Parts: sequence; C-alpha cells; structure tokens
Amino acid sequence: MAGQEQIKPGRRDDGPDDTPEPAAAPAAQTADTDIDDILDEIDGVLETNAEEFVRGFVQKGGQ
Amino acid sequence: MERPVRDFLAPMSVRRVMGIETEYGISVPGQPGANPMVLSGDVVTTYAASRGIRPAQASWDYADEAPLRDARGFDMGRGAAHPSQLTDVEDPTMANVVLTNGARLYVDHAHPEYSSPEVTTPRDAVVWDKAGELVMREAVRRLATVPPGVNLYKNNTDGKGQSYGTHENYLMSRRTPFARIISQLTPFFVVRQVMCGSGRVGIGVDSRTPGYQLTQRSDFFETEVGLETTLKRPIINTRDEPHAVADLYRRLHVILGDANHCDVANLLKMGSTSLVLAMIEDDAFTTDLSVRSPVRTLQAVSHDPTLKSTIELMDGRSIRPVELLRTFHELASAFVERKWGNDVDEPTVEVLGWWDTVLTALEGDPMDARRWVDWVAKLSVLEGYRSRDSLGWGDPRLKAVDIQWSDVRADRGLAHRLAATGRLEVLVHEEEAARAMDEAPEDTRAWFRGACLRRFPDAVVAASWDSVVVEVPGERALQRIPIMEPLRGTKDAVGDLIDGAPDIRSLLESLAAADRGSD
Repeated sequence: MAGQEQIKPGRRDDGPDDTPEPAAAPAAQTADTDIDDILDEIDGVLETNAEEFVRGFVQKGGQ
Repeated sequence: MERPVRDFLAPMSVRRVMGIETEYGISVPGQPGANPMVLSGDVVTTYAASRGIRPAQASWDYADEAPLRDARGFDMGRGAAHPSQLTDVEDPTMANVVLTNGARLYVDHAHPEYSSPEVTTPRDAVVWDKAGELVMREAVRRLATVPPGVNLYKNNTDGKGQSYGTHENYLMSRRTPFARIISQLTPFFVVRQVMCGSGRVGIGVDSRTPGYQLTQRSDFFETEVGLETTLKRPIINTRDEPHAVADLYRRLHVILGDANHCDVANLLKMGSTSLVLAMIEDDAFTTDLSVRSPVRTLQAVSHDPTLKSTIELMDGRSIRPVELLRTFHELASAFVERKWGNDVDEPTVEVLGWWDTVLTALEGDPMDARRWVDWVAKLSVLEGYRSRDSLGWGDPRLKAVDIQWSDVRADRGLAHRLAATGRLEVLVHEEEAARAMDEAPEDTRAWFRGACLRRFPDAVVAASWDSVVVEVPGERALQRIPIMEPLRGTKDAVGDLIDGAPDIRSLLESLAAADRGSD
C-alpha cells in the first residue's frame, strides 16, 4: 500500500478552512528555499565549463 | 512432456518474467574523439576482473541451435557446444561476460550494456536495474585510477542526433495474437511517457529547437511497428527471440522507454506495462482506445510538459494524455479486482497505488510529481536555473545539467545528489542494490545461471539466457545445460542440488538424476 501512504507535496487540502488566500505563501517560500538549496548544491558539482562539456559529449548511435 | 508453469501463462497481475537492458553513454573527459568501442571493452573487462571473472571464462554462449525439447529445463544432451565455437574474448571490443547475479555485461555497438537477470516483479526489476548502475559506477571508479578515466551516463541521447536504448523485456504467452498486442499496447505506449519519461533539454533528434520535453527517446521513433532497433525505430518492436520454449512464450522487446533514476517511475514503467499486457493476454479490453497518428502523437505528447494539450482517439474523442492514463488505470484496477477480489498480490497493490498517486499529482500541478517522475524532477531543477540566472533553453548550462543528471557517480550525478538529500522517493536502497550486484534473483532461472558461476567459476566456460556451458575435467566435449523454462532453475528447485554438489561432475549427475526422477 506504499503508494497510498505517500505525502503529496504541495497539496494543502488539510489546511484550516478560515485561512485567507495568502496562506499559500509559506509553501511557496519553502519550495523556493528548497530549490535555492538544490541549485547551490548542484553549482558545487556541475561541470565548470558547461559549453565544452556539452560539446564533448558525443555518442555513437546504439539500439 | 512440456510442463509450463501455470501461474506464468495467466499471470493476471503485474507478476511475470521481465528485465531491463541498458546501454550507457560513455565519454572520456576532454577527449571527445576517444574510441567508444575500446572504452566500452575496458569498462566490461575492468569490472569483470574486479569480480574475479577472467575474460576467457564465463563468456556468452552464442550457440543458437538451442534444443527446444526439455522437460525440466535441464537436458543432459552432450557436446552441443565445442570450444572452437565459443567466442574468443581477446578482442576487448567483444568483451562479454555473465555475472554471478545472472546479468550479462558486454559491449553493444559503441556502448557498455548491462542486461539485468530475469525477475518476476516490477520492484525486483528496479533492484537489478540499480545494481547495473552500481556495476557501471564500480567500473568508473576503477578506471579513474588512470586519468582522465572514463565517465558513464545512464541516459539515452547525446542531444546531437544519436540515441541508445534502455529496453524492457516481458515474457508473454505465445497464444496471444500479436495483432492484438500491437493495437492495444500502442495507445498505452503513446501516453506512458507522461509517468515514466526522463526529460530532455532540446526538441528534435539533434535538439535543433530549444525547449524541454518529457523524454529522451520519443523523437527517435519513426514508425508504428517493425523489427529495427537502430534505424526507423518502431513503437512496437517485433523482434521475436524468446530465449525460452518458443512454442509457449514470446519475449516482448520494448524499445521506446527511457532509462530511469526515479524508482517510482521505473516501477511504474515495468508494472503498468506488465498489467496492461496481462489485460491484453486475457482479452479484457472491451473498448478501443486507439490513438490517431501514434508516432506524431507520441512526439506531441513528449513536447508538452504542461500536459494540457489533448490527443485524438480514433473514436473521435479529444482527451488529455493523463486522462487516457487514468482510463488505463481504472480498467486495470477493475481487471485486478475482477480476477482477485480482495486477494491481490502485494506487487500489484504497490503498482496500482503508485500509479494512482502519480496520476493524481500529474492531473493537478505536474510539478507535484517531482519526487517520483524523472522528467518532473529534472524540470524543477532546470526551471530553478532559468529563473535564478535568467537562462534561455538554449543555454549550455541547462544542457550540461541534462547530461550530468545521469552521471553514474554518486558525487557527480545530479539525480544521485537529489536522491541522497531526500528529494527523490527511494524504493530500493543502495545496500539492497549493492547486494544485487553479486546475488541473483531467487525465483527465476537467473538463480541457476548465477549459482553455477558462483559455485563452479572454473568449470563454466560460457552461458546465455537459455544455457550454461560447462567443462568437466577429463571430458573432451563441453556440456551444454539448456535452461529453456525461465521459471525453473530457482533457488527452491535447485538450491540444494547446487550447494550439495562438491564439483561440476556431481552437479551434472544430480541434475540428470533429478530429471530422470521426474519423468
């Protein structure tokens, strides 16, 4: 039943009914902070010369 | 005389014999002109050596005169193979070995390929697929000791016009008419990518149009049905090498999927397909869900990450791809309930549950599926870069993210970084996948294949999906042991025989005795 027990990120169905519209803001902010953290982490390992890296990734065809 | 395994011939669930084969992208940093065939050979021989497999040992048995007659999966016929017929592996570009986990590791065209052992559940398919990536990671680690080393990528295109495959295999009943498979599976394949695509920067085989699409592979498909896998790629591939008793089985060779890093998407790719095949085998589809212009629609769906565009069905309806997937899910759920009531096996419950969860996310804001679906996870990172650094889709940094996403190294591969920080749902943890690098699935003939290699490494001279060839000391001819029934040769069936045999001669004798005893 694993699939039915998962938290659905971004779903706010369980929020209090009387909360006005802007209540969605904290979720958006959390998501923004999270994506910033991800980008910081990726910046640390991403190939520094992206253009040369991409140009150098040449493959022969397969199946 | 034949004793087919009844459970298999009418699985009516996600369970069936299946596997995943993946060709990895390969490159040497700073040397785009390096010979990929030689490099791929290095990958295979380096890993084989690390596991104590000598190149000339445990190679692939190419003999194709496989006898179809076999009562228990073990026929003691002598001398079918002779040493002179066996592939010599002196040439590194021909490197081709069998691992103790039952997998095949070899050079296919210009890529190292890992073909997983046969498993019976979608989750095990994910386990042994991830084991394959760890095999490649280990080869990279060892090759890195001689700079600049070799890098491997679990992806399916270089973005410059070339593609290489991640193929799925599903064992099916031979009784099912192939025309029915084509007509009922094609519409599912047109929309399956919405749940399982790995995402790609660039539109068109050579990425000439800047943008983002759901899949690595869809732009490379040109026809609806065909035998080819490298040219004019078809949605339904007609290759028919069952590697099993041909009168009973067909191996459906699926070539349009992407390599996955998200466990949930990988599980759904295998599980939803197996379930749809079960319905086709049972002739359970009562409505025609055929899609107009499947090839063009396949690409149109891949090119729309908003998932808002509709596709046209032959019956005249226009519906969103997620709606068609929801229809398949509802039909599959009803099918399973009709067959099993409340007694549904756990692997099927798991697949149907995730299928519902992922579809529910995709039906709303697709970004809600970022923990489960590769193309969504990748898109969320790319949109982050676009927003923070104001990048257009043609920017090399976005293309670099796309490629490096699939780097097999734990510290460099971006998908691995995301998974390690809890941002991707992990169904199969690394320790389990690491064990599967050496251990074979226990419930298929892969167990027999792997156990022979583990117990008698010096005696096994070659193996293939449907045979193990051994050399018995003092015998001039090699012994070829056919394993034509994929669900025989399990640990339950032959574990004691193999563990109790002091040497290869004793094993052959006890197999022969068991075979006589069963007649």
